[in-house]
Amino acid sequence: MERETGTFRVKSGLAEMLKGGVIMDVTNAEQAKIAEDAGAVAVMALERVPADIRREGGVARMADANKIEEIMRAVSIPVMAKVRIGHFVEAQILQALGVDYIDESEVLTPADEEYHIDKWAFTVPFVCGARDLGEALRRIAEGAAMIRTKGEAGTGNVVEAVRHQRTMLRQIAWLQSLRPEQFVAAAKELGAPVELCRMVAEQGRLPVVNFAAGGIATPADAALMMQLGVDGIFVGSGIFKSENPAARARAIVEATTHYNDPDVLAKVSHGLGEPMPGIDIKELGEEALLQTRGW
Amino acid sequence: MKAGVLALQGDFREHAAVLASLGATPVEVRTPEELAEVDCLVIPGGESTTISKLARSAGLVEPIRERAAAGMPMLGTCAGMIVMAKRVIGLDPLLDLVDITVRRNAYGRQVDSFEADIEVEGVDHPVRAVFIRAPIVEEVGPGVRVLAEHEGHPVVVEEGNLVVASFHPELVGETRLHAYVLGKV
Repeated sequence: MERETGTFRVKSGLAEMLKGGVIMDVTNAEQAKIAEDAGAVAVMALERVPADIRREGGVARMADANKIEEIMRAVSIPVMAKVRIGHFVEAQILQALGVDYIDESEVLTPADEEYHIDKWAFTVPFVCGARDLGEALRRIAEGAAMIRTKGEAGTGNVVEAVRHQRTMLRQIAWLQSLRPEQFVAAAKELGAPVELCRMVAEQGRLPVVNFAAGGIATPADAALMMQLGVDGIFVGSGIFKSENPAARARAIVEATTHYNDPDVLAKVSHGLGEPMPGIDIKELGEEALLQTRGW
Repeated sequence: MKAGVLALQGDFREHAAVLASLGATPVEVRTPEELAEVDCLVIPGGESTTISKLARSAGLVEPIRERAAAGMPMLGTCAGMIVMAKRVIGLDPLLDLVDITVRRNAYGRQVDSFEADIEVEGVDHPVRAVFIRAPIVEEVGPGVRVLAEHEGHPVVVEEGNLVVASFHPELVGETRLHAYVLGKV
């Protein structure tokens, strides 16, 4: 009858409950309330949304504790927050604050260029970004209980999230085509533990929930990623950098549920006002890319 | 038998897998037309506020209430318990079906989520129960039968054709609660 907290099942279990839902970036209590009222399954508490981080530059760090607590008080849905890659003390602080999920995120300035956080050491679960299967499995090996595509945050351009999801699907199909003697070589090529490679081949999907993130700005973008097989959607700058955040947030929530029903998608795509301005990825220099942070 | 799973948001895939393993044909329900086809309905875990909004906009609230009143067996887990309850502290009830009062996120935040073994009436071995930001049942009405308790709070209750649990049997491949509800069809 004893309670066991912080088990992997409890950590990955919360991600299972978020499936089919939309997680929205918010920077204050008022935005958090708008997100909750629109039907968000969780909010990501941030100091600045990625589009502003990209524009303003400087070092992007974990949000101020006051801001996170203000957002936690405002809503009953889970509250997530970001830490810098490798900054395990920021993670210790968020766990102490009672945050429900930690995003070890390339959107913030990395604190360690060699190592990510040992996520097994925490009771609070972690979500991490990935561009391909090997990167996803390395994060899971470190204890991540949820994965998201990295995409290219703050651009309002879905092309990188599509690339990352398609890469994962292609590599999963490749693992499923292998004979048993090929797995160690495949694990070496992906840079991922062989046991996790075997598990993916058996199940035909990642061993944890996989969301899309990085560049989603419209209901159509959300439904596109759902039809490409992700379990749910993160929207960063796409909502509160648009003309009518509440209407856009509601429409993206509906589109994520009814992603396979073009009639509903057409209905919710009316009268949303201007989306956030987008950026062509080709106009960004290599050094401006966020997705290449982490390994 | 067509076993419906409300597929608006949450872990409906895991419920569908449990139902399929018991020999039923799982059907994802997102519209009143899909609801009309099924013999029973499972409401999965997820975010109760999100599921409530989506159920209202899909026009599913009254059709589900009518089917439930006509005797359709239903199972709700976690968020499913919340949306089936008659009274929810701090939130308008959605389906207003089971005569209980529930408090959401009552064990605390995610770091307080836990698993534990639970004895359930009519089931031989303990059930491994995963509680994730789970609700607590604070009151049960006279027509409600408590099938399991944990630390003094009811965690599985039954009222006629309706069964609700505050934890997630579907996350651990536990099939006995689903089998019990399918047995009512």
